[in-house]
Amino acid sequence: MSESHTHSHPQGLVHHFDDLKQQNEAATLGMWSFLITEILFFGGLITAYIVFRGLYPEVFLHASHTLDWRLGGVNTLVLLCSSLTMAFAVHASHEGKRDLAFWYLILTILFGTVFLVVKYFEYKSKVDHHLIPGTASFTFTEGGVDAGKAQIFFFLYFAMTGVHALHMVVGVCLVGWIARNVKKEMYTTDYYSPVEMTGLYWHFVDIVWIFLYPLLYLIDLTKTGGGGDHAMVNVKSLMKFFG
Amino acid sequence: MSGTTTATQTATASTATMPAKHFMNAKYGLKSWLLTRDHKRIAVLYLITVTAMFALGGIYAALIRLELLTPGGDFLSADAYNKAFSAHGIIMVFFFLLPSIPAIFGNFLIPIQVGAKDLAFPRINLLSWYLYVIGAALALIAIVAGGVDTGWTFYPPYSSQYSQSHVLLAGLGVFIAGFSSILTGLNFVVTIHKMRAPGMTWFRLPLFVWAHYATSLIMLLGTPVVAITILLLAVERVFGVGIFDPAIGGDPVLFQHLFWFYSHPAVYIMILPAMGVQSELVAAFARRRVFGYSFVAFSSLAIAIIGFVVWGHHMFVSGQSMYAGLVFSILTMLVAIPSAVKAFNWAMTMYKGSISYETPMLYAIGFLGLFVIGGLTGLFLGAMGLDIHLHDTYFVVAHFHYIMVGGAVMGFMGALHFYWPKISGRMYPDAWGRLSALIIFIGFNLTFFPQFIAGYLGMPRRYYMYDTDFHFWNLMSSAGASVLAVGYIMPLFYMAWSWIYGKPAGPNPWNAKGLEWTTQSPPTTFNFDETPIWNEEAYDYDPEESEAEYEKEFGTIN
Repeated sequence: MSESHTHSHPQGLVHHFDDLKQQNEAATLGMWSFLITEILFFGGLITAYIVFRGLYPEVFLHASHTLDWRLGGVNTLVLLCSSLTMAFAVHASHEGKRDLAFWYLILTILFGTVFLVVKYFEYKSKVDHHLIPGTASFTFTEGGVDAGKAQIFFFLYFAMTGVHALHMVVGVCLVGWIARNVKKEMYTTDYYSPVEMTGLYWHFVDIVWIFLYPLLYLIDLTKTGGGGDHAMVNVKSLMKFFG
Repeated sequence: MSGTTTATQTATASTATMPAKHFMNAKYGLKSWLLTRDHKRIAVLYLITVTAMFALGGIYAALIRLELLTPGGDFLSADAYNKAFSAHGIIMVFFFLLPSIPAIFGNFLIPIQVGAKDLAFPRINLLSWYLYVIGAALALIAIVAGGVDTGWTFYPPYSSQYSQSHVLLAGLGVFIAGFSSILTGLNFVVTIHKMRAPGMTWFRLPLFVWAHYATSLIMLLGTPVVAITILLLAVERVFGVGIFDPAIGGDPVLFQHLFWFYSHPAVYIMILPAMGVQSELVAAFARRRVFGYSFVAFSSLAIAIIGFVVWGHHMFVSGQSMYAGLVFSILTMLVAIPSAVKAFNWAMTMYKGSISYETPMLYAIGFLGLFVIGGLTGLFLGAMGLDIHLHDTYFVVAHFHYIMVGGAVMGFMGALHFYWPKISGRMYPDAWGRLSALIIFIGFNLTFFPQFIAGYLGMPRRYYMYDTDFHFWNLMSSAGASVLAVGYIMPLFYMAWSWIYGKPAGPNPWNAKGLEWTTQSPPTTFNFDETPIWNEEAYDYDPEESEAEYEKEFGTIN
């Protein structure tokens, strides 16, 4: 830590904090608290998913087939890479290597954009195949399951990945703004908590996808893998308990 | 009534003058208020908006009581009645009770009580007020445009296939106001953890702060779930995908689970801050340290934690298994323990205290009695077998009004009267305050106690007509409501009067202990000239000293 400007007013310190240490700790705790609320936000959706997968396992199995697990897999890989570059960017900021941090942030944006582009094509194929829930043209015949119930799967698919994609868009904008600030030399080795906080957010959004991918894309794999049926039995008994 | 405190009070009050510079005259103009980041100004903004919503919710309550004056449906139609009680519930729960004490008094006091210049994130604090206003505006538009007839719980299929009313708009309002609540909670948690002044350790914090810490945890962990639930409901309505509607493959019980997972803990968002206020009031006017400080502190956390696992007691008759009902019933009984710890400890604090009966203390004593009745009748409802009989009757209505109005609103009024001198810098006329407290207490009991009886006898809630057998109880209830209204309207006048003509209060008109009473009233923009150092225990009152002063004036007690 540099000691050149600890007196008077260090760069980035807001008036109502005593020092940068306090400010950084407050920012960190605030961000973690926010992420906890996010977990519960997605938790509500995942609860709905569990309930309906328990109610209509066959429908979910067949509906899940329409998702391309390869595209989802590529996106998983892309997001993991973006988290890595984000972590590097935070580390570079900590070491005061501004140029390096900047380019890592740009890379992160790039990966994030690739993810969103892939997502766009996935959504587009759903539109082409008339799989948009709530529209009159919705048709789903695979496996002979009830199309109305299949709508629930597709609704959950769009809700979960849609809210996630929205978080990605916000994330890309945030990282862009942070990259601009890094370029303008607004951060120091003592004060780079915005980079770190954006990193936390980015990793969180990444982790959400790690949960969404198997839930939505890999249903059949868990079934043929042998563990799926046991899991389903447990969900069923749980649902009996809660009505 | 203790003459000493009143004597010293008038002494300080008469010599005190208004400080030349304080947060309200630091800057002038509408812009300086609407763009302020000062937690005290934001608290005042909340005070104005929340009070307005309270008045509006009160008007709907008046409509309900007016309709129930007679057994027939001769004032409102069935549909209008549905809309009136829905509007009353939605406004009172989401736009009055949830933000009332935390967003006004928590906002104003927590930074001062922990010795900070402001909340950790002042901009987010302002944002939360705007979200609240936008949410409230949307709900109001929904009500003006034709109303909502689902009740405040938005249960499907009332809110989906059978509803022709403006559920979407009202739901959006609640959704947005929810984020206001989340941000307030986040700000409090971070401020309490990271912004405490040197010497202000966790166990020196006022219990008001502990209560708000527990409240904030619920706001953080519960509110996102109700947000996503409302979002799902909205999508179901717009796109017709069956999430909650059984006719199209949905699961209505899922809605109830998700909704009560938030909305039961939300009850504790409403009552815990009032409990925090209660601790402050009882200690200050009994001149004793709160009995069992750490037990009261941890009981707040216990209530917050247990409160998250009792939601199923709202659903004993909605198809969850008997075993789930059993578990929820037992867990519900557990909440009574920390609640009782608090009630007993407040009583013990008063025991052998040097009690004086200024307005805030009257509210505190009222709170204690009413909260105990509300809490104990909650146990009736938490007992699975008895609940089958009492479910959806006026017994439930009476129970939660004893908690919400008898508890949370009494706490709100107590806080308003206790901290008004700190906020405005001026004293209100105490005699008027006491009179209104008395009227509210009488009016409240007259309104809601008969409802216990009517409910026990089987009168169902949410109907605009009722059997003539219940007429007597409803007559009493409606009469009580008009008394209650008088009690609530009075403070509007004398508080407004005192804002201009009240005697300057001085920093500590109640001779109370705590960091907030060491600053000038009203405080300056950054509360303290320099970061304070705090060396006292919480509630460092000396009952013996108070007693000695009392004896000097009135002779020996025993």
